[in-house]
Amino acid sequence: MNAQPGTHEEGGERVRAIPARHPGRWVATIVAAFVTILVVIGFATNKNIHWRVVGHYFSDNAILHGVVETLVLTALAMAIGVVLGIVLAVMRLSPVPLVSSVAWVYIWVFRGTPVLVQLLFWGAIALFTGQHPAVGLPLTHIVFFHVTINTYIGLFTAAVLGFGLNEAAYMAEIVRAGILSVGEGQTEAAQSIGMTRLQALRFVVLPQAMRVIIPPTGNETISMLKLTSVASVIAIPELLNVTETIGERTFQIIPLLMVASIWYLMMTSVLTVGQFYVERHYARSALRVLPPTPIQRFRALLSRNMLRARPEPPMFPLGREHR
Amino acid sequence: MNAGAVMVKAEAVRKSYGRFEALRGVDIEVARGEVVVIVGASGSGKSTLLRCINHLEKIDGGLLWVNGELVGYQQKGDKLYELNDRNIARHRESIGVVFQHFNLFLNMTALENVMAGPLQVKKEKRDSARASAVQLLERVGLKDKADAYPAQLSGGQQQRVAIARALAMQPKLMLFDEPTSALDPELVKDVLDVMRDLAQQGMTMIVVTHEMGFAREVADRVVFMDEGAIVESGSAAEVISKPKHARTKAFMSKIL
Repeated sequence: MNAQPGTHEEGGERVRAIPARHPGRWVATIVAAFVTILVVIGFATNKNIHWRVVGHYFSDNAILHGVVETLVLTALAMAIGVVLGIVLAVMRLSPVPLVSSVAWVYIWVFRGTPVLVQLLFWGAIALFTGQHPAVGLPLTHIVFFHVTINTYIGLFTAAVLGFGLNEAAYMAEIVRAGILSVGEGQTEAAQSIGMTRLQALRFVVLPQAMRVIIPPTGNETISMLKLTSVASVIAIPELLNVTETIGERTFQIIPLLMVASIWYLMMTSVLTVGQFYVERHYARSALRVLPPTPIQRFRALLSRNMLRARPEPPMFPLGREHR
Repeated sequence: MNAGAVMVKAEAVRKSYGRFEALRGVDIEVARGEVVVIVGASGSGKSTLLRCINHLEKIDGGLLWVNGELVGYQQKGDKLYELNDRNIARHRESIGVVFQHFNLFLNMTALENVMAGPLQVKKEKRDSARASAVQLLERVGLKDKADAYPAQLSGGQQQRVAIARALAMQPKLMLFDEPTSALDPELVKDVLDVMRDLAQQGMTMIVVTHEMGFAREVADRVVFMDEGAIVESGSAAEVISKPKHARTKAFMSKIL
């Protein structure tokens, strides 16, 4: 837009800028609103869901125990996964060929077979080792001690091991990518003030690698929470197993599946919020200004809308260059 | 060897990267309290020499002493035994390094950067480490930036924090690897001022730089390197203004 000298007043008079129209966005909004209303009405009025049954079993004691079991299983499996994953990542980056090869083979095996197969293996570990496997030096008669594998206590341990050892293989790759993302200059600087390689890793490299490690770890935790439902195949009383049992007993399969779904959604939602704040914490090293939290964003939105109904279109001074 | 007056001594030091010979037999002696400025084109081996002195690179031939101790090796009889990680780290404590790209620890504030060495390496108490770190930041003119993260600092500020971080280990020798090359021109002066103060206080310094003004003013000796060897060495007036060697002349005529 050009200000014509002569047709306008002299100097920096202001001209209003009109925002562009977007008719396509209105169409998309209406379509999306229509579909949303259909889905909501469909769920609210579907007789087969039996919302009263859902409400009745939602806080049922057995269900709550299942929720706790799911959370404990997730926490333990992730703990094993993260700790062993860090060890494996450091091993893979080791200059000793055999050490890095061992880590490579571990990751190859545990990522290359389905977790369900691994779980069944751990569940049937007694068939693999015998009831009283000996711990000693192989190919000799030297035996340190015998272990007794109790099949019943073994099931929960089997699930924790199955998920945890499988997760470690994935975490190892995530941690390794994080370590590699930190520049060599950081290690050199740490060494230049007298840190050993291990100190440099612990105080300088790993804290910075966290920024790369945290987001996928959050995703892994959320996946793990859902993956624990697979443990129902080896009769672990976690959330899905418990809801299925009740559902089959009372012939209320759909309402009980709704109960399980709502619980899973609630738990993953809480984890997602937690992930946001942890990520924000570790972003300090890379960003000058941290992104606002949702609460800050909400407040900013409110205060803006209180002050004036609509954001003012920008004003550009024009005609100055013609002076 | 006599460690009293000599801080760094290199004898026929060689270093190769694959087929490329970065250092082809470098001999140099730096006295205690001396400020040596190394100049030369990129690829002439200046930075490699600094990195070898701090054992960030392993040398392939020759001998290198810092403060009377062999770098990276221990001599027993007529054999050299390579030192382990821990002993190399102990040697490095007395050598401060300032890098071209600062390499501040990005996960720590300015103050934490300066405290890191004393805390983790020297195992000092937190209070005393903090007190001396604050003093050092004041010395480089950045006391008010103590709680800033590197991402919130300008290049010149980051480099001054990096100098403070190196000084926190109370080094006997400071190595500067093109400390102002990555800085905007208007930020160079602050960094050079800090380095000049340090030189006046008697610190032994080896500085790789293209700042000829700084070399003229501060250097006890200027060394010109080309193709992995020392070509010419002498006072700033001799080497910069009246170079004898043809290659030195060619280099100086290009940058002055």
